Amino acid sequence: MSQDEFRRQLPGHGDFELPVEPPAPRLNGKRPVPEFTTPPVKPEPEPEQLETSDKPDTLDIWDQRVANGLAFLRRRLAGAYEVDDFGFDRELTETVFFPMLRVLYRDWFRTEVFGIENVASSGGGLIVGNHSGTLALDAMMLSVALNDQHPERRHLRLLGADLVFRVPFLSELARKSGATVACNPDAERLMSAGELVGVFPEGFKGIGKRFTDRYKLQRFGRGGFVAAALRTGTPIVPVAIVGAEEIYPILADFKPLARLLGMPYFPVTPTFPWLGPLGLVPLPSKWLIQFCPPIPTAHLVDSADDPMVVYNLADQVRETIQATLHSLLEKRPDPFGL
Amino acid sequence: MVTGVSRYLGARVASRLAGDPRVERVIGLDPHDPPPALAGLLDDVELIHADARAAVGVIAELGAEAIVHLAVAGAPDSQHGGRAAMKEQNVIGTMQLLAAAQGASRLRKLVVRSSTAAYGASFRDPAVFTEDTEPRAVPRGSFARDILDIEGYVRGFRRRRPGVAATVLRFAPLISSTADTTLTRYFSQPFVPTVLGRDARLQFVHVDDALEILHRSVVEDHPGTFNVAGAGVLMLSQAVRRAGRVSVALPEGTLSSVAAVARAVGVGQIGLDQIDLFVHGRVVDTTRLVEEFEFTPRSTETAFADFIAGHANGSSLTADRLAAAERAILDGIRRFRAAAAQESVDEADVEAEAGVGAGKRSG
Repeated sequence: MSQDEFRRQLPGHGDFELPVEPPAPRLNGKRPVPEFTTPPVKPEPEPEQLETSDKPDTLDIWDQRVANGLAFLRRRLAGAYEVDDFGFDRELTETVFFPMLRVLYRDWFRTEVFGIENVASSGGGLIVGNHSGTLALDAMMLSVALNDQHPERRHLRLLGADLVFRVPFLSELARKSGATVACNPDAERLMSAGELVGVFPEGFKGIGKRFTDRYKLQRFGRGGFVAAALRTGTPIVPVAIVGAEEIYPILADFKPLARLLGMPYFPVTPTFPWLGPLGLVPLPSKWLIQFCPPIPTAHLVDSADDPMVVYNLADQVRETIQATLHSLLEKRPDPFGL
Repeated sequence: MVTGVSRYLGARVASRLAGDPRVERVIGLDPHDPPPALAGLLDDVELIHADARAAVGVIAELGAEAIVHLAVAGAPDSQHGGRAAMKEQNVIGTMQLLAAAQGASRLRKLVVRSSTAAYGASFRDPAVFTEDTEPRAVPRGSFARDILDIEGYVRGFRRRRPGVAATVLRFAPLISSTADTTLTRYFSQPFVPTVLGRDARLQFVHVDDALEILHRSVVEDHPGTFNVAGAGVLMLSQAVRRAGRVSVALPEGTLSSVAAVARAVGVGQIGLDQIDLFVHGRVVDTTRLVEEFEFTPRSTETAFADFIAGHANGSSLTADRLAAAERAILDGIRRFRAAAAQESVDEADVEAEAGVGAGKRSG
């Protein structure tokens, strides 16, 4: 019996086919995974059609854009826009800040977002994340991610250290993009108004840590964020952000200069301060953001002053973020891969 | 009894109270003569030329039932003795008035004008102040420090005379088409100096609403401390733009010294109070006021719109002019486009004609 005859005797040999590999799921980043399939070629429109129908269209688009731009400029110069009690300027954020940040978010960091469904589409929420990356780029990327990926295009209201609000220009930008000082009255007011509040309990300990300590969560302060969430009965959504640690790896912290400048740390990275302003260009690491299932707190409203409950909840949040960080790191073996 | 009737707010309140049938007698107490513009308002008001030191005798003699203390100066007035006189009037005046009030047996009500400056100015302040927020740092401005002292005296008075309904009204900056305060003068300059790199959140309250609140707190009973401000927020830059003015941003230090020089020369009254306000901004929660008084002051935006309407001259970048500029640019583009299209049509015609000619020739 030849080999071919034997094969023919095997059952079902005729209709056996190798399973076709499903096309790699396109994630929300621009280049999330190397693409295996060639993109479908768009049928070229007839050259005659191009001249007759498309050209006026493009002109109209540009007309529209110019008109919109002028109208925006006029509204800004005439002061005809709304600002909320915290100084959040929605129009400016959506038309100026987000498009600029989106370039970093999509093209530079190739950010992928998981578990966006864990963020409720309405009502308050407290988003608690790990902080890293020398400059607080992770906070900005998190707000872009929420605005881009969430079906309701929600805005994240960040709570910043008071140092941010001490610095001229920075304080103005922070307020206009919806941030406010990290204090319980503000956090509670925002949460009871049904806003999404973003907080990084590690603070400067998180963003100013050495590269060797990357993805090791620092101490979570006194858990004031948990108390605020408990008092308003707002669910807590832990979020793990991978990628921010590699953008400016801190090799050393030059403490005397930091003290002289009144900064919490003075980072020395492979490029900063050696290359001057060029050292401010973040390294293009691959970012993953995972929103974890929300932790309900509505049943604990009465125990907001109970330090044990607060401490345990803060610990639970911390553990969740740390575990999620590890699982995300496994998904991303190469920090600078696509 | 109303103190500070030589000033705009005092005169208006006194005349309003005099017009109310529920109020028997209104006595105005002020060391200065009311200016002629306000004298007409005070026809029905008995005026007593005396400062607060004389209040002891006056209050005991008249058996006043309610005291409205409005003699709180917002800025040093060089005509009336500058900062020393301002402190004398604000702090010492309040102290003596309250000392007199403590001994007045018929007194039932005390209404004191305070300001949102009572919240001080610190970078760690919450964005929105409620009545329970404590100031985190002693403010730099003289007015704000006076306000803190005044509120301290009122707290002491409340402890000693729990039977008297004491109302403290913390007003946001007052504004209207006719009011004349440091801030309205500031916004009516053609070029408005601001602090570089800072954009404060401001709130205003319309003078008419402030009068309504003061009136209600005298004829009704509303003990407690209340924030009085219009809902909503205007950024300083936004307010300047809405007023059609041009803002000139100066670093904080430069602005302070320029303001100090200007004050010494006698132009402008921008002091540390205003600079603190422009650096930190101040927004208050008025929920308690609205609930207790069942009255909602008009929003900051509306109040400011009224101010703009009264100060149209001096503005350069108005909304109308900007809209006109926008239309002009769009029209220009359209005309340019139309001309270009016309040209290309002409060229096509020429080419077509040439083609036809060539065809004819070849034919």
